[in-house]
Amino acid sequence: MKRRTLLATAALGLGLAFGGAAMAQDKTKACFVYVGPIGDGGWTYQHHQGALAVQEAFGDKVEIAFQENVPEGADAERVLTQMALSGCNIIFTTSFGYMDATNAVAAKFPDIKFEHATGYKREHPNVSTYNARFYEGRAVQGHIAGKMTKSNKIGYIASFPIPEVIMGINSYYLHAKKVNPAVELSIVWAFTWFDPAKEADAAKALIDQGVDVIASHTDSTAPLAEAAKTNGAVIGFGQASDMAEYKDGPRVSSIIDNWAPYYIKRVGALMDGTYAQADAWEGIAGGEVEIGEITALVPAEVKAEAEAMRDAIAAGTYHPFTGPINKQDGSPWLAEGVTAPDGDLLGMNFYVEGIVGEIPQ
Amino acid sequence: MFGGIDPALLIAALMVNSVPIMLAATGELVVEKAGVLNLGVEGMMIMGAICGFVTAVVTGNPYLGFVGGALGAMALSAVFGVLTQVLQTNQVATGLALTLFGLGLSSLIGQSYVGIKPPATGDVALGPLADIPFLGVAVFSHDWMVYASIALVAGVWWALKYSRMGLVLRAVGESHEAAHALGYKVTRIRFIAVLFGGALAGLGGAYISLVRVPQWTDGITAGAGWIALAIVVFASWKPWRVLAGAYLFGGISVLQLNLQAAGSAIPVEYLSMAPYLITILVLVIMSSGRGKAALAAPACLGQNFHASR
Repeated sequence: MKRRTLLATAALGLGLAFGGAAMAQDKTKACFVYVGPIGDGGWTYQHHQGALAVQEAFGDKVEIAFQENVPEGADAERVLTQMALSGCNIIFTTSFGYMDATNAVAAKFPDIKFEHATGYKREHPNVSTYNARFYEGRAVQGHIAGKMTKSNKIGYIASFPIPEVIMGINSYYLHAKKVNPAVELSIVWAFTWFDPAKEADAAKALIDQGVDVIASHTDSTAPLAEAAKTNGAVIGFGQASDMAEYKDGPRVSSIIDNWAPYYIKRVGALMDGTYAQADAWEGIAGGEVEIGEITALVPAEVKAEAEAMRDAIAAGTYHPFTGPINKQDGSPWLAEGVTAPDGDLLGMNFYVEGIVGEIPQ
Repeated sequence: MFGGIDPALLIAALMVNSVPIMLAATGELVVEKAGVLNLGVEGMMIMGAICGFVTAVVTGNPYLGFVGGALGAMALSAVFGVLTQVLQTNQVATGLALTLFGLGLSSLIGQSYVGIKPPATGDVALGPLADIPFLGVAVFSHDWMVYASIALVAGVWWALKYSRMGLVLRAVGESHEAAHALGYKVTRIRFIAVLFGGALAGLGGAYISLVRVPQWTDGITAGAGWIALAIVVFASWKPWRVLAGAYLFGGISVLQLNLQAAGSAIPVEYLSMAPYLITILVLVIMSSGRGKAALAAPACLGQNFHASR
């Protein structure tokens, strides 16, 4: 062996040894997969806030890594595999569409923990799921919408026909209907989580139809920007994030997803060895769903009612899905006084009575 | 009212919706007519979107914003021009890289501009025209870019068909060897065409971030550049068909959202598919037998030229 190659080999060996030592310092690596860009101002932004909170809570002991704009589907599997190979100890996959990819990759890496947001499949012991009871926030929004609409037409920009979204639509409609029996709900399916131009077009289509209160279940602030063009004729809600920059405009309240406590809890559990597979579903009570400040556009009494509903949900004295509730076809779903079991909600694939239209398949 | 939809409002929405893809497609049409295939439209559009947004926010003037957007995208297209025309890189690969680069760079520039509202671009006051029933709402109540984009299509059509400049440009796209033998500066003409395409893509992008969505978020163009590329093929490299194609693509996306909002029973999936199905259909018809002549793709499209050959 020539001297030069010998030296090179030695250097390589040394490098490997040090590299190995660095790995052995057992710094926990928490990785996050995002469906949109961090700058979306909504869903992904909030997840990233949670990731940053993990970093802040544990400082040097954790390392976070993330990837933005990961398409749902085959690409997600590649990204996940790459993350698993790059030394992630726990991987949070933050969109419903990553469900199958998460489970498939989890099967190959039994030592790595996978946490899938808003899904229901836990096919392997290292897969946990977590979600937030967004429908609790939708109930509060529905109440405000029913009280605030002048045209009696309210709108909902929906993303994909999955239980989480349908749950939100039903909750929104039920609570608007409760305070305003004349209310009609128009639903537009955008078939995207993030496409500002399309979200704005959807909002415009609703406004052209006479809708004056818009709730959205997509990730960007575009629907609020579209509503802002009407100079106060149309109001809306912040979705996933507070979207406070529209506070002096159309945004009258918001649902804020606060993932930080959950992320800190799970990464902490992994570090101190108490980690166990879980199926977490917290709502307003657990602090995972927050209701953003209700602005002055909303009359004081409506604001007080909305806040009272929020507090009742938090205290556990009120469930947004309390019978009697019929399905869209008129068949009974919940009897008088019965609250919806979680199983029904997580598999929800029907509209409640009074909503017009069909759920696309 | 038609199926619960007000046609005047539908046409109005359609015209606004189509502006970005129409501008970008018109620019790409000129580029391709000169024989250059620039697949970086998406990247140039988003650079236009962020540069226009930043300029408008900093200066407080939406019109300067459009200028800034055009210049920003033009700068990016200049990179493409240098790489493909001077350094002779592969056009397809360079174009794709340009899109990736544009998406990343725009995200970097836009870091501190998320959540800011740009100055409003006002509608053009057309006086009595705006009071005409139906047409007033549908056609005469828009911002100036809507009319400018149509004027641009007309200008490009005229220039390509009737001006000496257009003739030279087409000659370069059809046979760069012959054009070179006649003494035309092939590389220079193509470079200018690429810059023009970049400027128009930038205007289209700026329209998205300044008028249609009025805000900046990462990835705001969301694939509009690819649709613009499809429209050029769909239009078989003819300016007025670009206009028709943009209205068709933009119109169907508006129509399907409006149908949903109006509670129509037509499944949305079919409407969402329609523009792409039509594109495929047009491609099949055009590439079959007699239709082939009408396809009219520039003969030197995508081929590099070097004077020494």
